[in-house]
Amino acid sequence: MKRIPNKKAAVCLVILGLVSLMFFSGSFAEENDQAPGRSMADQATKGVEHWSTTDHSKFPALDREFDSGTEITEACLSCHTEAEAQIHKTIHWTWLSPYDVDGTLGKAGYSINNFCVSANKMKDTECTHCHVGWKAKEDGINCLLCHSQKDIKWRDEFADYHFFKEMGDKEIADEIQTKIRDGAKSIGLPGRTNCGNCHFYGGGGEAVKHGDLDASLVNPMKTLDVHMAIDGQNFRCTRCHTTVFHRIAGRVYSPPAVTHRKSLVESDLVPKIMCESCHTATPHKKGHKANDHTDRVACQSCHIPKFARAHATMMWWDWSTAGKLKDGKPYREKGEWDRPTYKSIKGSFKWDKDVTPEYFWYNGSLSTITAKDVIDPTRPVWLSKPAGSRDDPNSRIFPFKVHRGNTPYDKVNNTMLTMLESEEVDGFWKTFDWQDAMQKGMAIMGLPYSGEIGFVKTNYVYPTTHMVAPKENVVDCIECHRGNNSRLASLTGFYMPGRDHFKFLDILGWLGVLAAAGGISLHAAGRYIAGITRRKEK
Amino acid sequence: MTGKMIKIYLYTRYERSWHWLQMVLIAVLLVTGLEIHGTFTLLGYETAVRIHNIVGISWLVAFAFFVFWLFTTGEWRQYIPTTKKVLEVALYYSYGIFRGEPHPVPKRKDAKHNPLQRLTYLGVAMILLPAQMVTGLLYWTYNSWPARGLDGLTLGMVAFVHTALAFGILIFMVVHVYMTTTGHTVFAHIKGMITGWEEIEEGTIIEDWEHKSKGDYPRPTPDPKIS
Repeated sequence: MKRIPNKKAAVCLVILGLVSLMFFSGSFAEENDQAPGRSMADQATKGVEHWSTTDHSKFPALDREFDSGTEITEACLSCHTEAEAQIHKTIHWTWLSPYDVDGTLGKAGYSINNFCVSANKMKDTECTHCHVGWKAKEDGINCLLCHSQKDIKWRDEFADYHFFKEMGDKEIADEIQTKIRDGAKSIGLPGRTNCGNCHFYGGGGEAVKHGDLDASLVNPMKTLDVHMAIDGQNFRCTRCHTTVFHRIAGRVYSPPAVTHRKSLVESDLVPKIMCESCHTATPHKKGHKANDHTDRVACQSCHIPKFARAHATMMWWDWSTAGKLKDGKPYREKGEWDRPTYKSIKGSFKWDKDVTPEYFWYNGSLSTITAKDVIDPTRPVWLSKPAGSRDDPNSRIFPFKVHRGNTPYDKVNNTMLTMLESEEVDGFWKTFDWQDAMQKGMAIMGLPYSGEIGFVKTNYVYPTTHMVAPKENVVDCIECHRGNNSRLASLTGFYMPGRDHFKFLDILGWLGVLAAAGGISLHAAGRYIAGITRRKEK
Repeated sequence: MTGKMIKIYLYTRYERSWHWLQMVLIAVLLVTGLEIHGTFTLLGYETAVRIHNIVGISWLVAFAFFVFWLFTTGEWRQYIPTTKKVLEVALYYSYGIFRGEPHPVPKRKDAKHNPLQRLTYLGVAMILLPAQMVTGLLYWTYNSWPARGLDGLTLGMVAFVHTALAFGILIFMVVHVYMTTTGHTVFAHIKGMITGWEEIEEGTIIEDWEHKSKGDYPRPTPDPKIS
């Protein structure tokens, strides 16, 4: 055997080189580069700064005294001639699902939730404060709700204006009029405050309905929402909720689900902007496993680790305790985060902050129960539930806020009950009389009512899609890929590495390892003892 | 049989490098694999997956080199299964070894595996490891199954086989490491796999059937240096 040291060294080097190449190729190559999904999104949102040839403060039509909201709207429509007709076709005006021709689905229809349950065909006046009209569907559209750049409570200001005008307090009346006029002259595209004034306060208070939409998003930091952050992209809502003829994309009432996941990169004519529209379907660095997840896991599932990260959101509403009075008067109690835990007019509440979402298969639409549907009161009723399943290629695992409640239902008819609530129309909040409120409410809906009120556990879901966290705060793989406490523990029917095990195989396998270890130990001991014995014999 | 120990060069440089490289690769794969399986937490799930994938593919590539070496050198003949003396070897490990009897089929150049080893290594190298590589590769390419017409497979099936084989490999490793201690000294075989030189008793005879070389393959001539 002749040895050639140089050759040996060369061979060793080659092997070492090959091995290290195998180990590190790919893993460090792109370490410092930006993920492609981010570059694409940067590209897609470049140069979107809006510019205009119009300064509304210079229009003579707006430089006058306004006695009512309708007068302002008339001034708007004198130039924007098609606006009203456009608005009248939108869900913001109709409160009815555009996909449902019978008018069943929608706030103005028979859709219900486990918050204030129903707007009673828009007769429950408190609910209609969030309608885009000056007085529900009467008195015309209110352009200022969405377009005034001044944060003004329009209805209240006009009420005050008339009050002081009639009182003869001209000074205060003029002050209010100036405020109204300034608001009417300060016009632009809707900002986060415009949308937020309704959408951050749905359900009768801040952060009641959505877990991912609350007043913390008016001026969020990047840690709360990378897209809307004032120290980040500073997006308006309409950056993603694209708008055509005042129709704003993003509703999730019933079908159709968005089946095509087209990217802006492929075409700039997508009807609904989704994560993929800007970030593409393979947004992560090349070779990253997360790119293989996008077909079945929604971006939101990992990128929104928790919702309600700044403000606590309502998680539970129990109507059954409503109506208790102290000294004949309604009262309220407050708890953690300064949130109400009891209100005589509404019942008991539970709130939570930094909430881990619940995950469901979701194809982009919700299946809902309306006031007309018969329910099974023996188990929690899903008033809305994500539609989709693992077998549906358009379904993805998606994070939701599930708002749970104890909600009134008709014990005889097994239907949900829609009580009338608002004080203005002598609802429950004035009378504290369940029977009266139910009779009035169900009569407005034109639905039968037996007179037997029960309370049933209900669930209502909200897709979680805002409050996208910075990439450092993304959900760690292990949060789902573990046997105990997996975020996806409830999604069954498929094997997930780390989460799922074949128990008997594990037992058998470890028994085998144990048997081998035991066997060799015995063998070793036998050799040792036999060796000693042999030596002694010698 | 003189009882005098002599050294023979049994494992070439490539074989030894391959053996230890494979040992490291399999050890890393076992550790990361068990972490992914949820047995313990060590590196973190994401890191474990990344390392498992990279090392798995590296193993595949290295194994291809090994197969190439096996056939170009004719070393594959060392793995030809035989039933000859299998019983004797089995008997030796379960009985004779305790009585200090000599191994019925000691190592010689051109006959480095005893019949039991031949069977075991053939099983490991031909079935266990390749099957583990195939299931691992399937696991890795999960997302492209539909494109490859593998719709009938479920991840559960692949995971089941992959896990079962991993246990098999772990069990093999436990026994294999122990068996290295059964040489004439506890570390003799491990030393052999490091240096390439195994110590055997002088005058050991290689029976004809044991030779890896058959037919027109040149018969080995005694190395003047060692005999």
